[in-house]
Amino acid sequence: MDAIFLQLLNGLDKGGAYALIALGLTLVFGTLGVVNFAHGALFMLGAFCAVTFNKLLSLEKVVVDETQQTAWGTPLEVRTPYIESWFGEFGSFLLNYSVPVSILIAIPVMLLIGIVMERGLIKHFYKRPHADQILVTFGLAIVLQEVIKHYFGANPIPQAAPAAVAGSADIGAWLGLGDGLVYPWWRLVYFGFSAFVIAAVFAFLQFTTYGMVVRAGMRDSETVGLLGINIQKRFTVVFGIAAVVAGLAGVMYTPILPPDYHMGMDFLVLSFVVVVVGGMGSLPGAVLAGFLLGILQSFASMNAVMSIFPGINQIIIYLVAVVILLTMPRGLLGREGVMEE
Amino acid sequence: MKQMLNREPFALAAFSLVILLMPIWLTPFGANYPDLLQKFAIFAIFAMGFNILFGLTGYLSFGHAAFLGVGSYAAVWSFKLFTMNVLPAIVFGVAFAGIFALAIGYVSLRRSGIYFSILTLAFAQMSYNLAYSVLTPITNGETGLQLTLQDPRIIDNAFSTPGAGLPETNLFGIDMSGYPGFYFCAVVLIICFFITRRIFNSPFGLTLRGVKSNQNRMGYTGINTRPYTLAAFVISGMFAGLAGSLLAVTDPLAGAERMQWTASGEVVLMTILGGVGTLVGPMLGAWLIKYLENIFSSFNENTLEHFFSFLPEGLQAIAVDVSSLFVGEGWHLTLGVLFMLIVIFLPGGLMEGWRRLLRRFSGGGGGKSEPAVAVQPAE
Amino acid sequence: MSRLTMTRRGLLKAGAASGVALAAPLSFVRGAYAEDFCNMPTGSSVTLGFNVPQSGPYADEGADELRAYQLATKHLNGEGDGGLLNTFSSKALKGNGILGKKVEFVTGDTQTKSDAARASAKRMIEKDGAIMITGGSSSGVAVAVQGLCQEMGVIFMAGLTHSNDTTGKDKRRYGFRHFFNAYQSGLALGPILADELGKDRTAYHLTADYNWGWTQEESIKDATEGLGWQTANAVRTPLGAGDFSQYLTPVLNSGADVLILNHYGKDMVNSLTQAVQFGMREKQVNGKDFQIVVPLFSRLMAQGAGENIKGILGTTNWNWSLQDEGSKAFVKSFGQEYGFPPSQAAQTCYVQALLYADACERAGTFYPPEVIKALEGFEFDGMGNGETLYRAADHQCFKEVLVVKGNENPQSQFDLLEVVKIVPREQVTYDASIFGGDLGPADAKTC
Repeated sequence: MDAIFLQLLNGLDKGGAYALIALGLTLVFGTLGVVNFAHGALFMLGAFCAVTFNKLLSLEKVVVDETQQTAWGTPLEVRTPYIESWFGEFGSFLLNYSVPVSILIAIPVMLLIGIVMERGLIKHFYKRPHADQILVTFGLAIVLQEVIKHYFGANPIPQAAPAAVAGSADIGAWLGLGDGLVYPWWRLVYFGFSAFVIAAVFAFLQFTTYGMVVRAGMRDSETVGLLGINIQKRFTVVFGIAAVVAGLAGVMYTPILPPDYHMGMDFLVLSFVVVVVGGMGSLPGAVLAGFLLGILQSFASMNAVMSIFPGINQIIIYLVAVVILLTMPRGLLGREGVMEE
Repeated sequence: MKQMLNREPFALAAFSLVILLMPIWLTPFGANYPDLLQKFAIFAIFAMGFNILFGLTGYLSFGHAAFLGVGSYAAVWSFKLFTMNVLPAIVFGVAFAGIFALAIGYVSLRRSGIYFSILTLAFAQMSYNLAYSVLTPITNGETGLQLTLQDPRIIDNAFSTPGAGLPETNLFGIDMSGYPGFYFCAVVLIICFFITRRIFNSPFGLTLRGVKSNQNRMGYTGINTRPYTLAAFVISGMFAGLAGSLLAVTDPLAGAERMQWTASGEVVLMTILGGVGTLVGPMLGAWLIKYLENIFSSFNENTLEHFFSFLPEGLQAIAVDVSSLFVGEGWHLTLGVLFMLIVIFLPGGLMEGWRRLLRRFSGGGGGKSEPAVAVQPAE
Repeated sequence: MSRLTMTRRGLLKAGAASGVALAAPLSFVRGAYAEDFCNMPTGSSVTLGFNVPQSGPYADEGADELRAYQLATKHLNGEGDGGLLNTFSSKALKGNGILGKKVEFVTGDTQTKSDAARASAKRMIEKDGAIMITGGSSSGVAVAVQGLCQEMGVIFMAGLTHSNDTTGKDKRRYGFRHFFNAYQSGLALGPILADELGKDRTAYHLTADYNWGWTQEESIKDATEGLGWQTANAVRTPLGAGDFSQYLTPVLNSGADVLILNHYGKDMVNSLTQAVQFGMREKQVNGKDFQIVVPLFSRLMAQGAGENIKGILGTTNWNWSLQDEGSKAFVKSFGQEYGFPPSQAAQTCYVQALLYADACERAGTFYPPEVIKALEGFEFDGMGNGETLYRAADHQCFKEVLVVKGNENPQSQFDLLEVVKIVPREQVTYDASIFGGDLGPADAKTC
């Protein structure tokens, strides 16, 4: 019983992450109709915003101590973080909370990256064949990856969660389910965060005039344009939002998955599957698909299930995708006519 | 149409000459060694076959590498169980890939557009994941399926006693490694080129193009397009299987990575890079990517220093520093930059560049020597 | 493009091919440079092929391997401080190259994929004339390249490969491994686990679902069950799973008090980080502290897990903190060259390059069957791993194995592992026949 409950929790947590990563993609891909293979790279760049911020905070003053030697015979370098020598307590506090604080930095940075990407490159590809979009965004993704690899190396770089939420929460005690039912705090935080971001994006598109125009433009950009509204500008903003959402997903994921330059590619296929299973052009679809796939993946990895179907955990996501796409022609909640040509 | 066919012998001869003389004209590029030449021929077949589906019908399969993998596994099993002769291996490879493609195509073609792409991707990823893990008894997982001394090889062993080492793949006694392997692949490539050209110009090909430009309209004219697209899917799967079995012929080892989505993505990129829907474009795309992968990755600082040795010392150091970002471990960066440059400046891929060149030099008229058929944009 | 000056070989080939038609040059080219064996060095230099991962997850490990090879090349050619040539028990190497020929090298990217690794190795052999191939950072690649080298008659000195198969069921006459293997990890780790954690333990394995993971799981299981441990479960996780939460939660209530992570690279970094987040290091089960064990540790990859590796037990082939003469000499010359200490991957690769060169010197020829004979059964010392034997029966090196622990108080960013015990060679020696396999013939090949 506990095991099932925990797997459900895992599934929700995973689903939140999948939905968050897919949300930006579905904005760009499902609604603007751009096949963005660089979406994974945006996720990765977000994660590296956190890494960079942490690196800046932990810049160290290097004093060469001539009296001591390293094992290879050069003078020992004594390192003290600047931040602590300058700000004392507050410095250590910042360092401790570097991951959540870097959200503040990631938002403007990712918005800028998204806008530059759209204005400089993607804009010229709206009317081009999807094949060209694939090639150019894939090329861009590789370039971004290689740049990160050049500066940060290929190894994962660990990012610690703040000490206050580093351990596990005793959920069993809260819910009266008995001992031993624990779950990492940071995963609960991540779940709450993804729910919040998803809700915020929905609210923006649903309840603001701006969002309404964007939605109208997605359905029929020509008519909206005829009404004298600059829909191009709004598309730029949508792309920027997508980049920010992807980036935030990346920032907050770093304590769970130490980031490396390749993490975007690892999530790329998955996010496309989530978006398409959810249905092209549907934001709720993508969120629903994220949770569905997350939960099913967790349950498929249970020992009882794996002993009946060996290897099911390897393929569950794709199996579910096949079943859904074959039974529902446009995924869970897809709109007619989007990317079906 | 008729004109096209009349030009056929000429086009075929020109193509054959270019392919068979590769060991000579690739010498200045440092690409004239058997392994890369074989890869050039094999991936040209793969991309050409992929283009029959994508270029003609517009259906973008994102799981074509699965057929390549199946072809490889079938061929290696043929070497293990029956004989080291390459012909049965190729027959098995193509047949199994064809059956596999029929099954996947039959299911996936019920959807179109992105839904089709994701279905093919899902099937290929399932194949890859299973081949890497639980299907290890059949695929030998991570290590890859390879020949062993304990293999039964019933046909070979019935006629001769096995030697001490592992046998080599052969075509009735000619070893298929090194240059003979390349010439064998080259001949197969030429045959494939001939078949592809025939398909492009046939009524079947025209119907497929019709599917691409407007499937609904095709439906209104009373043509059920599904059998046509399925046929295209299976043919292109068989090309992939052929390429896979040739990989095994030139190097009898089949690894699961061949089926990973990155491998499927690679053939998509090759095709787009060269020019979707053109006859030789995908081949050029394949060559470019394989060239970068094999040659650019091999440059290190020593080679660069040697290369820039004509410069004065200071300049040499700068040149080496800058260029080392793009070669060796940075070869991926070159790949990415090249993708972007080509698609930005040459919409339509390398073939577009070729046409522009021709236009510039011949003042408007297309080149006679160009064996490609008319190009259409991808979608 | 790499060399605009034409090589003798390219010129011959081009000349031959353009002179005669198409089928004829095949026999002609072969005849034109008839040689005793593949890539026999004829000029004043000899070319080695360094095949390392330069892209993909092990790119940093590959970069370190390449640094080690460059250093080895320098030392072989008599440049630098000579490194391990000074401490190596065999004195055949003089610092004048190999057999008087200057050592040159070519590099390639394995991408940690069998196909790419074989393609890269073939380029080195067919185009660049490499006489020996070495390097790599995964067992799949090592087995694939080793098979290729056997077919082509070129010696392969494996880099980092830990699967039993490399010198077990997939062993080859032309392949040699200096690195230790999963079975030795089990033999070395078992008694230490019993000492540190007691004999009454229940283990839960999470295993990467492919060959290497399985061989390690099996080896560790054998070793721990031999001590009287129970195995609660052994669960296979997909390679590159990223998020391991669905595999970690069942551990919590399984009754197990030890978690064994049979993961390497990114999988290890992720599963370990997440296991610690699930509170497994503070947990008490059956009245005992819950423990995590990572049987194969790599310092380079452990950096990715940060704080989480503290106190975690595992094995490693070599660590730079060792105090024997060989290790000290290597750390010194590597550190002075690059400014940081070498990884275990760098050490095994450096040693492999030297061992090959030394075998050629002792054999007095580059002729592979003779070099193989010189390596088989070779006993040496002074390379940082104590007295070592290259066993003839399976081409596996037998030497000390380090049991290590994540350092609780690291002195520097490199000081991640603390050596718990240096397990003597006798204890990790096993019977070669247990894994089967067949080395095959040593016949030289022409290419």
